[in-house]
Amino acid sequence: MEVSKVKLADRRTANWWIDKAVAVLVFVGGFSAVVLILGIFLFITREGVGFLVGDEFDLVEFFGSPKWRPTSDNNPTYGALALIVGTASVTGLAMLVAVPFSLGAAIYISEFATGRTKELLKVLVELLAAIPSVVWGFIGLSIMNPLIIELFDVPIGLNVLNSGVILGLMAAPIMTTLAEDALKAVPDSYREAAEAMGATRWQVSFRVALPAARHGLVAAILLGVGRGFGETMAVLMASGHSINLPSSPFDSVRALTATIAAELGETAVGSDHYQALFTLGILLFVVTFAINLAADVFVRRSDRA
Amino acid sequence: MVNDAKLSFSDVAVHYGAEKAFSGLSCEVKEHEIFGIIGPAGAGKTSLLRAINRMDDFNSEMRVSGRIALDGRDVREWRNVYALRQRIGVVFPLPVGLPLSVFENVALSPRLRGIRNREELNAIVERCLRRAALWDEVKDRLDTLGSLLSGGQQQRLTIARALSQEPEVLLLDEFSIAVDPVTTMRIEDVLRSLREELTIVLVTNLVQQARRLADRTAFMLGGELVEVGETETLFCGGTQDNRTREYLEGRFG
Repeated sequence: MEVSKVKLADRRTANWWIDKAVAVLVFVGGFSAVVLILGIFLFITREGVGFLVGDEFDLVEFFGSPKWRPTSDNNPTYGALALIVGTASVTGLAMLVAVPFSLGAAIYISEFATGRTKELLKVLVELLAAIPSVVWGFIGLSIMNPLIIELFDVPIGLNVLNSGVILGLMAAPIMTTLAEDALKAVPDSYREAAEAMGATRWQVSFRVALPAARHGLVAAILLGVGRGFGETMAVLMASGHSINLPSSPFDSVRALTATIAAELGETAVGSDHYQALFTLGILLFVVTFAINLAADVFVRRSDRA
Repeated sequence: MVNDAKLSFSDVAVHYGAEKAFSGLSCEVKEHEIFGIIGPAGAGKTSLLRAINRMDDFNSEMRVSGRIALDGRDVREWRNVYALRQRIGVVFPLPVGLPLSVFENVALSPRLRGIRNREELNAIVERCLRRAALWDEVKDRLDTLGSLLSGGQQQRLTIARALSQEPEVLLLDEFSIAVDPVTTMRIEDVLRSLREELTIVLVTNLVQQARRLADRTAFMLGGELVEVGETETLFCGGTQDNRTREYLEGRFG
């Protein structure tokens, strides 16, 4: 070929430009996640760091004292222990509810249900996952509250039990979906091999499918924990929102998230109280980040095995 | 006549939905023989094996008609399909090392039967791995994942697993697809020695493998059982049907 023809063939065509443009666009889209995470982290750190380095902050008090009295006129204290315990107890109870529910549902959908039942259940579970948290909070307030008062003969039904159950039911659908995905990823050849050996369906599920999907299942549970940890509205409405180190499931508690939601609007920007709330935010961010990271590590492991 | 047959088929057909896998199949497998089934892809060989094991039970697409009898009793009369399947070992074409340790792969079936005693399990695992010619290669790493073994090792692991069921019938479906020739020969030796204890149905694409192993051989083609005969007779030109001879001679397929 002549040199001029080669040059002609080597033109940058429209397709070449489109390819470049799309590559840049998807890069920006993908990278925005990183930018946003970093941005959020920087923002809450900037707002909260003044408190962290200031005189009011005392690490021992923050993690060791249950006295959260930021609005006290003469001696404000910033002990987050009660809030941390509140969140932890509600999340813990929620997982006691959600783990058996969601694993059971996932095993049923993935291993036992067939055809229409299976499809219907999957759609319903996804629908459940889409119910706004304020609706769950409302159920906690108006249904669970009187129910608990009546059943257990306690003075108030807005407590660890109420919010734990509500949060558990709320986290269960998303955990079910994730756990079902993990089970679906187990090759059918495993199940057939076990079935051919005379394993019952329960034995196939329990001895083969569950162990094979275990990393994905742990990840599903961890993401559920993360969900429970970060949930605000439902917990605010159902937990009673009183600062308390709970000694029984019937005690009211206050959660980290709910504290931020309820108090941030009433504080002066830049005040100690304002910055202390952001410090709670940093704590939440770090914990949820750690949980999600752990879940991710587990998912990766399941990909390799 | 029915009584001395380990497996007997009369007018068996398998359909997947509207699709026919094979039909009108009648023959018998004698006790302690290796029964070879050969034929090109799509002949219905694998479907036949699946029907014996009642794998249609949980597969709404698959329908089996006709009568398949194990020891003279229709397999569909078994009330406990799991007990039936335990008596029938199956080795699938692609090795399925379950994502459990090598030990647990072989101990799974005894465990399903309720054996918990560790020493008993150890003994079963070692015996089955030895019989599958795998023991020497894995005895020092019984704790590694079965799915991490090489293809040939996994195939022998599946055979060991099938043997751990202590089956009366062993169904092998193209076991040598993922195995090198040397290992294939070793497994074939194992199968020959197993003939004394159990009945083997061997589905294979390798005509010569059927010749080496099978006492009698059945030829299937396009969903039809063309003929059954003594392997030596078939291979020495004593075929009833021209299609069999042509297939054996490699002239179509």
